[in-house]
Amino acid sequence: MMENNNVIEVKELTKMFGDFTAVSAITFEVKQGEIFGFLGANGAGKTTAMKMLIGISKPTAGDARVAGFDVASEAENIKKNIGYMSQKFALYDDLTVKENITFFGGIYGLTRAKIKEKTRELTEELGLKDLTDQMVGSLPLGWKQKIAFSVSLLHEPKIVFLDEPTGGVDPITRRQFWEMIYKSANKGTTIFVTTHYMDEAEYCDRVSIMVNGKIEALDSPKKLKEQYGAETMNDVFLKLARG
Amino acid sequence: MKTIGFIIQKEFKQIFRNKGMLPIIFVMPMVQLLILANAATFEIKNIKFAYLDHDRTPTSRALLEKFTASTYFNVLTDYASGKQANSAMLKGDVDVVLEIPPYFEKDLMNDKHNQLGLTINAIDGATAGVESVYVSQIVQSFNKNIRTELMQVSDNLVRPIQITTIPSFWYNETLNYKTFMVPGILVLLVTMITLFLSGMNIVREKEIGTLEQINVTPILKKQFIIGKLFPFWIIGMGLLTIGLIIAKLVFDIPIVGSLALMYAYTSIYIFVVLGIGLFISNFTDTQQQAMFIAWFFMVIFILMSGLFTPIESMPEWAQAITEFNPIKYFVEVMRMVMLKGSSFTDILPQFAKTLVYAFIMNGLAVWSYKKTS
Repeated sequence: MMENNNVIEVKELTKMFGDFTAVSAITFEVKQGEIFGFLGANGAGKTTAMKMLIGISKPTAGDARVAGFDVASEAENIKKNIGYMSQKFALYDDLTVKENITFFGGIYGLTRAKIKEKTRELTEELGLKDLTDQMVGSLPLGWKQKIAFSVSLLHEPKIVFLDEPTGGVDPITRRQFWEMIYKSANKGTTIFVTTHYMDEAEYCDRVSIMVNGKIEALDSPKKLKEQYGAETMNDVFLKLARG
Repeated sequence: MKTIGFIIQKEFKQIFRNKGMLPIIFVMPMVQLLILANAATFEIKNIKFAYLDHDRTPTSRALLEKFTASTYFNVLTDYASGKQANSAMLKGDVDVVLEIPPYFEKDLMNDKHNQLGLTINAIDGATAGVESVYVSQIVQSFNKNIRTELMQVSDNLVRPIQITTIPSFWYNETLNYKTFMVPGILVLLVTMITLFLSGMNIVREKEIGTLEQINVTPILKKQFIIGKLFPFWIIGMGLLTIGLIIAKLVFDIPIVGSLALMYAYTSIYIFVVLGIGLFISNFTDTQQQAMFIAWFFMVIFILMSGLFTPIESMPEWAQAITEFNPIKYFVEVMRMVMLKGSSFTDILPQFAKTLVYAFIMNGLAVWSYKKTS
């Protein structure tokens, strides 16, 4: 049913809230292992589109398959195969780093032994060893985001959805964050990421730009720049978003 | 189930880590039990009593003596005129004014019909009724005595045959109000805490954004709901235990019936309350909204539970509504088992209704919790 290695296939996907069309018949595919940038101004419909793909919002019309499952009828199967990290920081502030890992590992069905192993791995990788028993609420935002990303990868999902993961984070941490993204993409994980930072768009394999609920452009950053005769992705974005 | 275990573990950690909530959960209800059990009483005492004695004879003084002797009346003032008494009543200084007419003694001696004037502040109708009964009981007993005295003087006329009743009070021999109220107040506390905690729980996760994260996981709805409910169920049972200990040690309330039966009933009852709480939580977006709705139901449940006012005296439509009031069943069961020693067969109707209610509310809670919008 899936042609070659597309892990996300979206056809004419639409979401209406009353008379307002938030997402208007968008169509695109994402290949396995790809870093797919999903750009757009505030209110362009990115988050709404993403919510349909991760199975927490039902589409009004159109089809979408994620990891081979239909978003309208097989949302729970999709959830087993994806990771998600939202712009609204979504770990528990009143639990320690370790407890957060245990909880999310647990509800993804990992065994206690596996959770222990993952906790060790993860804290070593992030250099967090001394902080595992600290409340997440007491950590700086940059740390929280890195931990949240690692937690979303705990169950080794096929695809990770990142909704503005680096919002409000300093440039150094953003750089480190993108290194983590590359690392997991190299392991074969597909990355679907929304962002407002145009320098980050340059890191993506392919980028789509949404304007008023529609996808206005979709290609690699290099080709987009050529097509719009622009120096940077920033210029591409401004040209499109201003209409 | 393993997944549920992870949720329960997390919930307990969060509850016991919340230094602001712990005293609210465990200390406040106990303080309320101690205060309310002593304060919430319907016994009418310390009635502010005043009189106008236009007779001023030994007989009228003997009648007033009776009021002074009663523990229910605080005899306050002797007013010279009805006007003074009226203005005192208006100010709220007196509740009851008794007016003894002139020639009271003389008329009695002459076996004439006699009338006493009685004015009662009836803003609270129920209280006024009780006060009126108290007064007429005193007057009647005075009447009886005076007539026997008079009869002795005036030879042997036909003695009136008197019918008296000898009441025996069952289940609460000493008519101790606390015995009646403590089980009921205990019910309220268990209900309030569990309803508010569960009502605010899921909506809190909505507010901080973690619910969205949960909804993106493959967790099953029923796993999530059970994992959320269980810690509060434990807390509810814990509250019942602490409350029963206080009832026994502090108020010396007799616990006639089976403790096991009380716990069995409560264990089901708490599920009803938790189901209602989660149902509210699912339909609200903020903790304030959830709190207001929970209060709305709580007030109706409390006032229509039969705890403070008997259900039998409510209008029929209101009685029909009380059928949907879980607190009503809990109050009934607690009073029946604790004070009367009722057995399982006695409380079977309440037990069965509560069980059905629990299934319905939790079914609704699971149904209304939507992972997909």
